Amino acid sequence: MFDFLDKYDVLGAFWTTVQLTLLSAVGSLIWGTLLAAMRVGPVPLMRGFGTAYVNIVRNIPLTVIILFASLGLHDTLSITMGSDQVETANFRLAVLGLIVYTSAFVCEAIRAGINTVPVGQAEAARALGLNFTQVLFLVVLPQAFRAAVLPLANVLIALTKNTTVAAAIGVAEAALLMKKMVENEAQLLPISAVIAFGFCCLTLPTGLILGWVSKKVAVKR
Amino acid sequence: MTEVSVAKQDVAATDELVVLKSVNKHFGALHVLQDIDLTIARGEVVVVIGPSGSGKSTLCRTINRLETIDSGTISIDGKPLPHEGRALARLRADVGMVFQSFNLFAHKTVLENVMLGQIKVRKADKKQAEEKARALLDRVGVGTQADKYPAQLSGGQQQRVAIARALAMGPKVMLFDEPTSALDPEMINEVLEVMQQLAREGMTMIVVTHEMGFARSAANRVVFMADGRIVEEAAPDQFFSNPRSDRAKDFLSKILHH
Repeated sequence: MFDFLDKYDVLGAFWTTVQLTLLSAVGSLIWGTLLAAMRVGPVPLMRGFGTAYVNIVRNIPLTVIILFASLGLHDTLSITMGSDQVETANFRLAVLGLIVYTSAFVCEAIRAGINTVPVGQAEAARALGLNFTQVLFLVVLPQAFRAAVLPLANVLIALTKNTTVAAAIGVAEAALLMKKMVENEAQLLPISAVIAFGFCCLTLPTGLILGWVSKKVAVKR
Repeated sequence: MTEVSVAKQDVAATDELVVLKSVNKHFGALHVLQDIDLTIARGEVVVVIGPSGSGKSTLCRTINRLETIDSGTISIDGKPLPHEGRALARLRADVGMVFQSFNLFAHKTVLENVMLGQIKVRKADKKQAEEKARALLDRVGVGTQADKYPAQLSGGQQQRVAIARALAMGPKVMLFDEPTSALDPEMINEVLEVMQQLAREGMTMIVVTHEMGFARSAANRVVFMADGRIVEEAAPDQFFSNPRSDRAKDFLSKILHH
């Protein structure tokens, strides 16, 4: 029943999915943290930028962002992301689009985490003479991240599944392989089952492991 | 010899460390600080008492600008309080603060709590910072708890760590914002004893408290606040035995005569 699988590189396609996920996760964690720092900071211009970014980006469909990365950035503006090969350029553009999109959600998860840190923690840090950046990165964010592990796990799971949108610009990940298999084979159900199983293999452990981590690192008050 | 030391003490006693001049602050429609004038000399222990909502905590918090003020001036050691930025951070490092709710950094051990400011603000090296932290923790009697997290300590222990954390910066003045109000009765004394010791050693202290015993025994001066104003200032003996204002008489009659 699953004989047709021999003709396709299923593992290779899922490896691309994993790469898309990991690179986008790291990128959006960094950019999302910076956005959260802007949104809680004292500079009105940065606060405004952070707020506008999150509210605009999280309301645009991911497909639109990914298609814009390919059609707008690559084809129209000739931004090749440092690669002459279309496949590599598309992969990098997909990562860029996923980072742009996911960081809005990361920012809000971290901001929710920041709200769990009692205001007295920041006051005590300021009273010691720490500046804003030190207060944020030494005292507030370390506690905020511990509280944000579960919401961030949700974002990571969503990101893993969102990588399938990269198929729209021809990145050879799991969803594109599924499309190809559906066109060539007559076994719609087994194909769907294989792809769904593959994603569960990625996302179920993510949720379970991060759930355990969340309990492990929780700040006791 | 004796003459010199006496002369020194005289200078110290008249040396103004914290000066507030016609300070005003509003919380919306509430005029929480009204024309506050207060001068604290180097080495002086001033206890601020008064009913809830009289503005005494707010007063304490304005001195290191955790609360901003609407008008008036505050200066510390001759320098006016900066508004923002580096200069303000530098000044805060010289002003130790102890909070009602301890506010120890929950994700750091007791030792790390006392080391953080030394390393990041005073730029001390790690070894020196640790030595100083351990010495201070011993001094406040929680040396054996150094590697625990704040949540594992009792309230009294946490507050003593908070005092050690503030002392680690080598502050010119210490602010205490109701340091014993969140403690179980049996733990109040262990914190007050540490504060008494500090007072005896000559630390300049501004203490907002409801502990009248501490005010009597450790204070050089009692400041009585009500409704955002300083109603009365006097030596503790005089204030407790013979208050001048009706407001203070009323307050004392409610808390002392059981």
